Parts: sequence; structure tokens; C-alpha cells
Amino acid sequence: MTRWVGASVPRKDGIGKATGQARYADDLVFPGMLHGRTIRSTIPRGRVHSIRLDFDPAGFTTVDFRDIPGRNACDLIEQDQPFLVERDVRHVAEPILLLAHEDRERLLGANVEVQYDTEPPVFDPLVSTGVLKAIDILKGDVDAALATADLVVEGTYRTGHQEHVYIETNGVVAVPEENGVVVYGSLQCPFYVIKGLKSLLGANTHVRVVQTETGGGFGGKEEYPSMIAGHAALLALKSGRPVKIIYDRVEDMVATTKRHPSIVRHRTGVTRDGRLVAMDVEVVLDGGAYVTLSPVVLSRGCIHAAGPYRCENTRIRGRAMFTNTPPNGAFRGFGAPQTEFAVEVHLERIAEALSLDSVTLREINALVPGDTTATGQLMREDCSARLVLDEAVRRTDFRAKRESYRGTDRAVGLSLFYHGAGFTGGGERTLNSKARLDLTERGVRIAVGSTEIGQGTRTMHAQIVAETLGIPYEDIEVAQPDTAVVVDSGPTVASRTCMVVGKILEECALEMKARLGGMSPAAYHAKHGAFSVLKKYEPPDWVEWDEHSYRGDAYATFGWGCDVVELEIDRDTFEVRPIALTAVHEFGRPIHPALARGQIEGGTGQGLGYALLEHVVMRDGAMANAQLTNYVIPTSLDTPEFDVVMLENPYPGGPFGAKGLGELPMDGPAPAVVNALRALSLDVRQIPATPEQLAECDSL
Amino acid sequence: MRLTLNGEARDAVSAPMSRLLDVLREEFGLTGTKEGCGEGECGACTVLIDGAPVCSCLVPLAQVDGANVQTIEGLGDDHPLQHEFMNEVGAQCGICTPGMIMAALSLGENPTLDDIKVALAGNLCRCTGYAAIYRAIMKANAR
Repeated sequence: MTRWVGASVPRKDGIGKATGQARYADDLVFPGMLHGRTIRSTIPRGRVHSIRLDFDPAGFTTVDFRDIPGRNACDLIEQDQPFLVERDVRHVAEPILLLAHEDRERLLGANVEVQYDTEPPVFDPLVSTGVLKAIDILKGDVDAALATADLVVEGTYRTGHQEHVYIETNGVVAVPEENGVVVYGSLQCPFYVIKGLKSLLGANTHVRVVQTETGGGFGGKEEYPSMIAGHAALLALKSGRPVKIIYDRVEDMVATTKRHPSIVRHRTGVTRDGRLVAMDVEVVLDGGAYVTLSPVVLSRGCIHAAGPYRCENTRIRGRAMFTNTPPNGAFRGFGAPQTEFAVEVHLERIAEALSLDSVTLREINALVPGDTTATGQLMREDCSARLVLDEAVRRTDFRAKRESYRGTDRAVGLSLFYHGAGFTGGGERTLNSKARLDLTERGVRIAVGSTEIGQGTRTMHAQIVAETLGIPYEDIEVAQPDTAVVVDSGPTVASRTCMVVGKILEECALEMKARLGGMSPAAYHAKHGAFSVLKKYEPPDWVEWDEHSYRGDAYATFGWGCDVVELEIDRDTFEVRPIALTAVHEFGRPIHPALARGQIEGGTGQGLGYALLEHVVMRDGAMANAQLTNYVIPTSLDTPEFDVVMLENPYPGGPFGAKGLGELPMDGPAPAVVNALRALSLDVRQIPATPEQLAECDSL
Repeated sequence: MRLTLNGEARDAVSAPMSRLLDVLREEFGLTGTKEGCGEGECGACTVLIDGAPVCSCLVPLAQVDGANVQTIEGLGDDHPLQHEFMNEVGAQCGICTPGMIMAALSLGENPTLDDIKVALAGNLCRCTGYAAIYRAIMKANAR
């Protein structure tokens, strides 16, 4: 029995948020602070010909690329994306010039004329010849197996952009300090920002990053904050004054990253009795104008592209393509929602082609311990595909319900999905993440770089430490992520904050406990003074991964999910109303059941928006509906009742058996919705399934 | 411009066409009221004007001359809604929370789930899928 782990204790940050006292980036005010603004390109491709400042320069600070002391490149996977355009423009809304002024009205009124020499842009990833990253996964002999299969089913599936719509837009404040600058901001990964600033400002400028309370991230504040932080830092260093940059909603939607649009083609060989014998998959992602994180998004997408199914002959060919649109980037799920959408709708179509029950098809092919995935990864006892599928089917009485709705305007649809936890392959070994525990006068302080962005990092980490040390949860304090104080625990992404960083904290706590020798932290501190324990992450020793052949253990473990959605359609307007959604998830063990349930409900809600509502309209390379008025996310009235089931199948490598959870709920809703629409005889193969799109669908 | 702000008579010196949201945050330092979209879609800036929930980004200061304005700060830190938003994890990232709580204050006693859904339909939350917010409001009303 555990006391703190498994209990829904009060959030560490709960009351500050409920009283309005929590401080977000825009709530910070510094003496002499200026407001910053970004002048952006208005063409998708070409060259800057001339820039004319059409305003009275008094009181303005102006920065262009010539003011950059270090390297004009955002240091991410590649160094191809400039902080400020020098000459070449590759997408609309690319930053060209920075302005700052203490009066916001004057700042916004300043007019800058930019003249361009334009070049023809490329918007279609299938037309683009610019391959940003290619990945090939091969298992068995696909061509031979396709040639001898009883039936081959083909199909192409498409997904659109998705905008994060964290309710707090991107924002930072940069404050000059002696020999350098400190940036306070809304962000997920303070040490990514440090890396970006060091490259931008050069080795002689001291940089420090402090994460403020962050009003949602979902991946949208993984890599982008390095850009806005760099801009504010440049303005602050040039003006010698604090500079705040807060994007308004339109700028945030037009200029920052989104989920990659995808086109996924499947060709699958099956036997008459429903065994998958060959899967040939082609994945194309629209990367946008710069590399950002697209190679790793493509990687995760490809690894998940065959779904949670057994197939001895699998070929997955992935390409991320350059286009002249703003770079796409990290978004909860990171490539997997796109490819799992495709494979789950394709499975439904295979069942239709075989005249086989689609649940039966999944039962026949779902991974079980002893099977291998497309990368040849052996499934162990923590593989729960059948567990979640069986429970969801039983709980919803899926087969009977599906029959009873036949011929009505109501239907049920199902999806089976999985999500690898932590960085892919050798990523966790390379990251070399650290965590530190400090013994203090009052108890114990957690000093990690992992950020609280709503998901409950502070609370969940404190539970793990309290449980391990055997001291009250209230005695655990969590340091604000300030790069001068905490250690680099790796980025707060990839469903790794509990499973990976929580594990290091557990090990820190075990060592601290041994050293305390039965004394309470306060008593030990009074007698011997403070001490700290610093530890590094050690991935399980059996994880083997070959980055070149894409063979091996892609993830140390997977979370598993099965969603059943019940919905209703208006046959005249094609409006779809989700009525109920059952989400059966297995993610090891919930550390904090209420937080875990919140991740599932929230991620599922985002998934429903992705499926039905959220349509980014791109026109001439820019988001044309960059407002919450016409980019619609689910409201309370669009969101159905959730029935959440959390099954346990502990992962020995996680703290108290926990796996990663944050992204898993994003993978299931879209295919479940589309499969329900297929049960209503609509041949839907792309999302968002808006009424306009459904009206044009063929009937089955 | 004179208004009653969280129960106290206050004079506001900002320009009459200033957004109430900016006046609250910048002139009065009440930063619990948040901006999410600036166009009345997200509800993060919801305050009560004479008891009715309103998006303060759409209201010019001149319009609240003589009115009674209540923000999240006016609730103190011991309101049942605040406790239950914390206990039920109705607040994840927390940026929509003050607006949600202000919108929920306009509900009558013992609201049904449908009442709650309708009352919150103008307040967007991207984290929770709303379910935990309903649980928080239901529990606060049961207290």
C-alpha cells in the first residue's frame, strides 16, 4: 500500500490558480519595461528588397539581423531557421525586424514598409521536391507477402493542420542583467531556450531562463519559445531595458507552429480469415519552411504507423517535405495521431472489404506479449492491447450497440491505439537527464527542469518523493524552473516527465532516505545541515536501438488505449454531435488519479476537436482563419460525457510502475469518430470531418 | 470615471475607450483577469458587471462608469468554487480558471449539468475537456 502515490492530493499550484494569484508572463511588470513587437514577412517566398521605417523613431528600439552578436540561427536539430530574416523569406510571418517602445499604442501604430522580390512558393508537400527527412522501416518481405495475400486493401488518409490554442498565447519578458540577460517566459523547455540564446548571443553573454506559470503548452511551447525569447533578449540588450513580448491571438496562430498535416497511404495484404500478412505504408508530412522538430515528429509517426498490430512483413516509408508555410512542430502526440488515424480507419476498411466484424479483425491482430512491432521490438508483459480492447468492447456492449443503431442517425465507432513513452530509441540515453533533491530546513526541495504546464508536474513529482522518503507530501517543495537553480532534466515533452524524471527523483529519494538513516529531514538538517542528491537517468539496459536501420526497441514501454465514441448526425446539415465517449487507457499506474483522468479527458477533448471542428484554412501560405471566432475548438456544449477507465499494468522501469500518459489520449478520438461516421455509410477518409467535407463524401 | 470594484469605490484615470481588461490589469494591478483572445470568444477575461458575466476585453471603461465590477480578486481565497476547482483538478494550466469561476458565479442554486454547460459555453478550456470543471461546480454547490 502506498500513502501518497495513488491518492488525489491537492495540487501544489491549485489555490494560486483558483484565486488568480498565479503569475503568468503577461502579469510581470518591471521598472522601465518596454513592449516589443515583431515585423513579419507578408509573402511566402522571395527576398527582402528594402525596408523603410515610416514612423518617428523617438523612443523606439529597432533590431534587425545585423544586431545579432552570435549566430543568426535557432539551435535545434538543425541550425537552418534564422531568428531574423537576412534576405531570403521562406514563409509568411517570418520575423524580419523587431521594435520596442514603452507606449504600446505608439508601438502598434508604427508603420514599416517592406518591399520584396517574390518567387513562386510551394505549398503542396506532394509537389515539393525538398525532402526534409526520410525514414525507412523494413521488416520481412512485403512484396512477396502482398503477392500471395488473399486480398489487398489500399487507401489514402489525410489529416489537416491543428492549432494548439493554449489559452495563454506565447509571451516572454527579457530583463538585462550584469553581463547578460534573464528571460522569464511561458515555455515547456527552459534548457532549450538556454541553448537557443547561447547560440544567438554568443559565449560572452550570460543567459538565464525562468519559466513563469504557463497557460497551456501541448507541444506549442516546446521549441517556439526559443524564437520569441531570442527576440526579446535582442531588444533588451540593445535598449538596456526590460522588454515584454506577448503575442496576440492572431499573431500566435499565424506565426507559430502547428500539428503537421499528413497524407498516409496504406496497402495491406490480408488472409480471408483476417490475418494481416503485409503492411506497406507511406507517410508524408508537411514540414513547413524550416526543419524545427520535423525529423523526430516523422520518426514517431512512422514508428506508430502500423498501429498496435502484429504483421511479419511491414514496410514504412516516411518523408517530411519542405513547403513555404510556417514551420510545423511539436503537438501532443507528435506524429502518432496522424499515422494512427490512418491505420485505424484503414483497419475499418479492411474489415468492410472482408465482410468481417472490425472488432474481430482487431482481436485477431492486436499485439500480445511475445509479438514484435514494425521495428522488431519484442512486446513484453506490459503490452495491453487486448486488455484495453476487450474492456472497451465489454463495457460499451459495442457489438450489440452497433447493431441496434444500424439504419438510424446514431452510430458507435472504435479505435485501438498505443503510444511510446519517452524519447525514441537511444534518445533517453543521449539526453542524460538529471534530477536533484535538496534537503532544506523545512523538508525537501525538488530541483528539476521539468515544467508545470497544467499537467501536474509539481504535484506528481512531490508525491513520488514523499512516498519514497516516507514523509508528508506537504513537506515537499518544488523549485520554480530557473536555469540558475535547477538541473537539466530534459525537455517537458514526449510523455516522459512522470516516467523518466519521476524515476530519477525516486532514485534520488532512495539515496536521500538511506543517508537520513531514519531521521526526519528537519531533524537531520538541524543536526548535520543541508545536503543534495543529484542523479542521472539510466534507461533499462535491455533497450537496444539502431538509428540507421530503425530496428530495435523504439520505446522502453508503451501506453495502450481503446476509445469508443457514440455520435449522432443531422442528415440535412451534416452536423455531427458526439454524445458519449468511453476511453479505456492503460498507462502503468496512475500516480494521481484525478490528474491522470484530467489528462485523458483533456486529451480526448482535443482529439475530438481534431476530428470534427478544427480546420486551419491555409490561403497563400498563411492561416486565413487565425481567430477563435472562426477556428473553433470544442466548447462545453461540443464536448460529450466521458467515461474514463484506467487499467493498471505496471512498467517495472517507471516510478511505482507508471508509464507515460500525456500524449496517449490524443491518438484515439479521431479514428473512433471517423469509424462511427463510416458506420453511418459515409466514406470518410480525412479530418477534420467538417459538415462541408461530409456533404461531399461518397456513400458506402 | 468612478466604479465600484470588488466592493470598493474607485476612480479610474485611463482613457474612456480603454478596454476594461487593460484597466483592471494595468491601472489597478488586478492581473487575475486574463486575456486569451481579445475578441470575446474565449471568456478568460470574464468579470461580473452588476452581477452579469461579461468579457472585459469587449467593454470600454466608459461603459462601467457607475457600475459594480467584480473580479476574481474580489472573491478572496476561501470561496467554495476556488477550493473545488483545486480539489477536483478543474484548474490544470489555470489560465481559464478565473474566468470560469466568474462565469460559474452567475449560476443559480443547485444547477443541473445542462445549466452548467450552457453557462460555461462562452468560456474555453483547452486542458480539461470540461468534465473536471463540472465536477468542481457541482461539488461547490453541494457544500
